Amino acid sequence: MFTVLNQTLLCLCFPVSHSQITRLYSRFHSLDKGENGALSREDFQRIPELAINPLGDRIINAFFPEGEDQVNFRGFMRTLAHFRPVEDNEKNKDPTSGEPLNSRANKLLFAFRLYDLDRDDKISRDELLQVLRMMVGVNISDEQLGSIADRTIQEADTNGDMSISFSEFTKVLEKVDVEQKMSIRFLH
Amino acid sequence: MPMKAVFQRRLQKLKHIRGVQQPVFSLICMLLGISFTVWFTLLLVFIIVPAIFGVSFGIRRVYMKSLIKLFEWATLRMERGAKEKNQHLYKPYSNGIIAKEPVSLEQEIQEMRRGSAEPEFDMSDIFYFCRRGVESIVDDEVTKRFTAEELESWNLLTRSNYNFHHISTRLTALWGMGVLIRYGFLLPLRVTLAFTGVGLLVVLTSIVGLFPNGRMKNYLSDKVHLMCYRICVRALTAIITYHDSENKPKNGGICVANHTSPIDVIILASDGCYAMVGQVHGGLMGVIQRAMVKACPHIWFERSEVKDRHLVAKRLSDHVADESKLPILIFPEGTCINNTSVMMFKKGSFEIGCTVYPVAIKYDPRFGDAFWNSSKFGMVNYLLHMMSSWAIVCSVWYLPPMSRMEGEDAVQFANRVKAAIARKGGLADLLWDGGLKRGKVKEVFKEEQQKLYSKVLVGSSEDRSRS
Repeated sequence: MFTVLNQTLLCLCFPVSHSQITRLYSRFHSLDKGENGALSREDFQRIPELAINPLGDRIINAFFPEGEDQVNFRGFMRTLAHFRPVEDNEKNKDPTSGEPLNSRANKLLFAFRLYDLDRDDKISRDELLQVLRMMVGVNISDEQLGSIADRTIQEADTNGDMSISFSEFTKVLEKVDVEQKMSIRFLH
Repeated sequence: MPMKAVFQRRLQKLKHIRGVQQPVFSLICMLLGISFTVWFTLLLVFIIVPAIFGVSFGIRRVYMKSLIKLFEWATLRMERGAKEKNQHLYKPYSNGIIAKEPVSLEQEIQEMRRGSAEPEFDMSDIFYFCRRGVESIVDDEVTKRFTAEELESWNLLTRSNYNFHHISTRLTALWGMGVLIRYGFLLPLRVTLAFTGVGLLVVLTSIVGLFPNGRMKNYLSDKVHLMCYRICVRALTAIITYHDSENKPKNGGICVANHTSPIDVIILASDGCYAMVGQVHGGLMGVIQRAMVKACPHIWFERSEVKDRHLVAKRLSDHVADESKLPILIFPEGTCINNTSVMMFKKGSFEIGCTVYPVAIKYDPRFGDAFWNSSKFGMVNYLLHMMSSWAIVCSVWYLPPMSRMEGEDAVQFANRVKAAIARKGGLADLLWDGGLKRGKVKEVFKEEQQKLYSKVLVGSSEDRSRS
């Protein structure tokens, strides 16, 4: 168990405390009911609080790379790494070492991908409508939802292609405190 | 001819051997006989007689105190050992590993909208759902209730240890001795007692069943049940502290308690007399059930009857209406939870409309984990675990009786009782259904979340149309 953890520590190339990794490995192990070292979508859906989350399926999808049905511990950690809080000393880190997974840009990219259903790096009106429908259920009519989607695209779209690209997405959210909203703090 | 000679020679050799070993053989027999007699006399004097009269020598409490000192020493040694080797000791925390702010959906979204001119929908709304979702993946309130609680200090049982690698010879020797004592001495003793207790229960209740119905029969039945349960308590080396015994359940009421293991029944029934409720089983359980019901009326349901809610409710109300019958013992969670929380109470027993006597049971996990993880272990495996732990230590609190108030429906009443039990026992009070151990969560909860969010969206558009 410990050699696997050490490898993961090295692979991720940023400091995570030993106890945090141990805790997450223990969590990974308890979710892995099939005990085959990898999680499937069913393993995630067994978490009741996630099953009742309107965007639960989109979040689960974010863990699985394109076309795959299993995620191992490294992949699990990689996705969770987006949610590490941004520490002050990391803000001044040398940019040549590659942007850390929990940077503001990468957090925004994670959220962007929740909207971008077909992974074509654009949020079309259709995709926005589908995600909105997931969030509101049956409580809002099609027309109202359609007008909400149109208004959102109108406000964000700067190059007139009726869809939102990642840079347009970033521009719309430039005033939002992304670091705080998309971070999970460990207690120990 | 030569065959016969060979045979005869062999017979003579045997007789010679037996001749030499004869006195040794009889000596062994005598020794075994004496030790069995001594063993059973000790058992009788120290365990069975006190069980009959409900007194205690206090041996178990001394045992418990010495165990505590031992565990503390063991943990110190492990911490010191880990520090010397410069390793980090894994300390489990059952109270949650991440900081979760109890902010509701509306609050969070209002916060995000502050500063901007109140748009109807903001693309950043997704952050709330996203973060909550990932938080629940890292640590959620429900799934951890269905596995054994993690301990903060080691109790010399490998089954509860995550740090076990060789730290010091002394510690390993202690652990080894622990194994010897637990499996070589305690386990056989406990198994003997368990068989005695169960055997006596079956035999004596059948005998009491022969008496005509009346006060004498009830009196004898109470005594017999109490005695046998007390023997079973000693069979598990259960050290139980009862609090607030003035609130003990009375006839014509229902006793509800949180459920951690099948042992809960033995723990409660050794201090008071209850009518049990359950499904009819086959095998040994069936024999015990049939014997028990001869002495006093318990409520056993056939498998087919369990589905019929009206029938169940009717039988329970009929029993409760009869003042001469014992209080019913029910576990409304419906399944075993790991004793860190109390989950949703099924409303069936709260609809009957009689006095409810809540009881909180809290086990001390240091001496042996009582939780039955039925998806991992079968019953026999579980009992083996129980009987080879150090001891079962628990506290029982009898809470003051409660009844349904005006204008309160069964669900609200159930939640009120649950909250009282959780508060007294120091357990987390959860609204989640214990049935989530095996089943999926209902869609209606997701729809509630969606409705909440829609209100935030539509609500803000109403404001806009007004301004």
